[in-house]
Amino acid sequence: MFKKTYLMVVALMMTIIGTGFASAQNSVHPASDGIHSAAPGQLGFMQAASPIMEETIAFHNLLMWIITGITIFVTLILLYIMLKFNAKANPVPSKTTHNTVLEIVWTAVPVLILVVIAIPSFRLLYNQDVIPEADVTIKAIGNQWYWSYEYPDYEEIAFDATILNEGDEGYNDHPRLLGTDEHVVVPVNKVVRVQVTANDVIHAWTIPAFGAKIDAVPGVLNETWFKATKEGMYYGQCSELCGINHGFMPIMVEVVSQAEYEAWLEEAKVKYASNDAPRLRQYASAQSITE
Amino acid sequence: MSYGEHAEGHDEHHPTGWRRWMLSTNHKDIGTLYLIFAIVAGVIGGIFSGLMRAELMYPGMDFLPLLKGGDVQAAYHFFNVLITAHGLIMVFFMVMPALIGGFGNWFVPIMIGAPDMAFPRMNNISFWLLPVALTLLVLSTMFEGPPGQMGVGGGWTVYAPLSTSGQPGPAMDLAIFSLHVAGASSILGAINFICTIFNMRAPGMTLHKMPLFVWSVLVTVFLLLLALPVLAGAITMLLTDRNFGTAFFDASGGGDPVLYQHLFWFFGHPEVYILILPGFGVISHIVSTFSGKPIFGYLGMAYAMVAIGVVGFIVWAHHMFTVGMDVDTKAYFTAATMVIAVPTGIKIFSWLGTMWGGSIRFETPMLFAIGMIFLFTIGGVTGVVLANAGVDQSMHDTYYVVAHFHYTMSMGALFSIYAAWYYWIGKMSGKPYPQLISKLHFWFTFIGVNLIFFPQHFLGLAGMPRRIPDYPNAYAEWNFWSSIGYGVMAIGLVFFFIGLVMTLRSKKRVGENQWGEAATTLEWTLSSPPPFHQFNELPRIK
Repeated sequence: MFKKTYLMVVALMMTIIGTGFASAQNSVHPASDGIHSAAPGQLGFMQAASPIMEETIAFHNLLMWIITGITIFVTLILLYIMLKFNAKANPVPSKTTHNTVLEIVWTAVPVLILVVIAIPSFRLLYNQDVIPEADVTIKAIGNQWYWSYEYPDYEEIAFDATILNEGDEGYNDHPRLLGTDEHVVVPVNKVVRVQVTANDVIHAWTIPAFGAKIDAVPGVLNETWFKATKEGMYYGQCSELCGINHGFMPIMVEVVSQAEYEAWLEEAKVKYASNDAPRLRQYASAQSITE
Repeated sequence: MSYGEHAEGHDEHHPTGWRRWMLSTNHKDIGTLYLIFAIVAGVIGGIFSGLMRAELMYPGMDFLPLLKGGDVQAAYHFFNVLITAHGLIMVFFMVMPALIGGFGNWFVPIMIGAPDMAFPRMNNISFWLLPVALTLLVLSTMFEGPPGQMGVGGGWTVYAPLSTSGQPGPAMDLAIFSLHVAGASSILGAINFICTIFNMRAPGMTLHKMPLFVWSVLVTVFLLLLALPVLAGAITMLLTDRNFGTAFFDASGGGDPVLYQHLFWFFGHPEVYILILPGFGVISHIVSTFSGKPIFGYLGMAYAMVAIGVVGFIVWAHHMFTVGMDVDTKAYFTAATMVIAVPTGIKIFSWLGTMWGGSIRFETPMLFAIGMIFLFTIGGVTGVVLANAGVDQSMHDTYYVVAHFHYTMSMGALFSIYAAWYYWIGKMSGKPYPQLISKLHFWFTFIGVNLIFFPQHFLGLAGMPRRIPDYPNAYAEWNFWSSIGYGVMAIGLVFFFIGLVMTLRSKKRVGENQWGEAATTLEWTLSSPPPFHQFNELPRIK
């Protein structure tokens, strides 16, 4: 009976840790057809498409080695204790209640581990937060429940991006729930600064493959940035609870070559020139504030 | 009737019927009421999470619209109501009443050798405010929240402006009142525990001889006393923003939505330690009892909890790494948060140290305690991952966070509650719990919660946001297994209730000390169940 229970415990704990360790190996899935979203059943991060996300994944891999090691260490001690110090194997308990050296060790060693973590952690943090000189600036404005985008350098370009529902044109070109009618286009290997705010409640703008996520707070202009390293279509979802349709205001960014980007700009200036709806809406809300 | 007989009988003289419970000033009766309340609330909160897992089992809106007459928008909102209610109920009406109100009320006075709590009548109102608070929360589901929808869908954090201009209906006001009342209940309870522990210890029971469960409750109630008024202030500001034209959290009136988050998490982070610290205390007793050894590193254990409590107050903004804080502020909160890993590590290693060299009996409370140590370690190490602001940018508001805090709460706190339940049910009822049923309860729960929450790490890393009723198809596989895990855990819960009924109907009786000589705290010197009033003559502690 005892042995059976132990085997079950060992099998269970090792399964749990083992699956965790599998994800430590950072099972990224290659993007197919330029569609960069999560793959079915994936265990780790999405494939990185920016230097920041590459650094994030590298740091997370280090963390996974450390925390998996700690968990295995604790588990092995637990199992050893359960085998060696159960009532059958060890009928007379010891009376030890102190061991100063041991107590100092298990205080000091975690401190050292944390220092090992802290150094690359701060490096990543400051790399994320210090925005290099931007080649392109886009502005994302959260609304219930769609995103409005502007290119502050090109006054003509402003549009709303609303989720595509079944039956809409282009619905089948994107993973379900991730497609929008309009989307942002940016050049590859260029620093893109994203200014983010909101009109009504708090939303959050993110593209996981770029490692970029920042809250869209009404009355606050937040900034983040990314430098996309691969062309293709990238997807994200609103990441702050914002009401009924919180799950249905996806974010789409298309990364293209510089030449394609420039061609798109010319097209967009014409296409969106008459499209003053988003800004009109904002002027309206700005007016309601001043009233 | 002779005078002598009268004096004998006086000890057991107590009101009967509804008066005994409604008007109770007895810490054990009030503790029992808290436990019953926590079980009821836990079932409600558990059903809510079942509805959520049912919806999330497959991609697409398959389940909740059935409950809403096919109205998909109403189903989306209902999902938000469920996540909000699940969070609030589990935090304020299940874990806190069970550990602090229930086991705290029952065993803190006994463990320090006191006849009762310092303020027995206040103890009564502390409890009876809670059903009022829960009623207000339930009422909120019957009133309009956002236009055209019933109930509050703002998450348990009720961030402004979603909780102000985003939900103009009266549902939100009712939920705010509910939190006010629950907060008042906890503050009164906290004052009561502080006075009891500081003033009513038996002769010889110095602070450094106090059982660790009492230490854990002492630290917890200080956190409650300092944190809850901040929450009360924040939600009062929400209330005036909503109803009286102030603009604390409204940028267009000169306010700041992020201010609300600072205030909320200044309460909210200590709150999560409030949930887990009494569990730490319980686990220490159980590990010591069933290892047949005194606790290893008693002083280190006590002061590790004090350290966790103190540091817990200066790490709050790690919940807000993506709001656009200054990078140096983020660096500070990263460092401060990682510091908490040190005293937590001391706790884990000291439990292992207590078991080392012991003569361990695998009774049901010990199974839950060992399960808690293992699972809390997993929840702890993912906490170290999330503490890093750089990585958190990718994980914030994803299922990774959900997995992390359920490993600490749903496994850390809940396993502690179950462990405490089986440890003390013999003492509280005088009857033994059934062996096989309680072990089945453990195994189904252990397997179930791991199946629910471990895959959620994968979902989070793959980028699945929290709080969405439907998800892109890529997340289908792990969501399916997570929902299966819920079913396994639910079977475990059935065994819990079977065990509960079997215990209460049992004809067997347990003696004073069910667990043997390693169970050294004072509750094991009393009869099972203890007399209505204990320690008419104070015990002397050597």
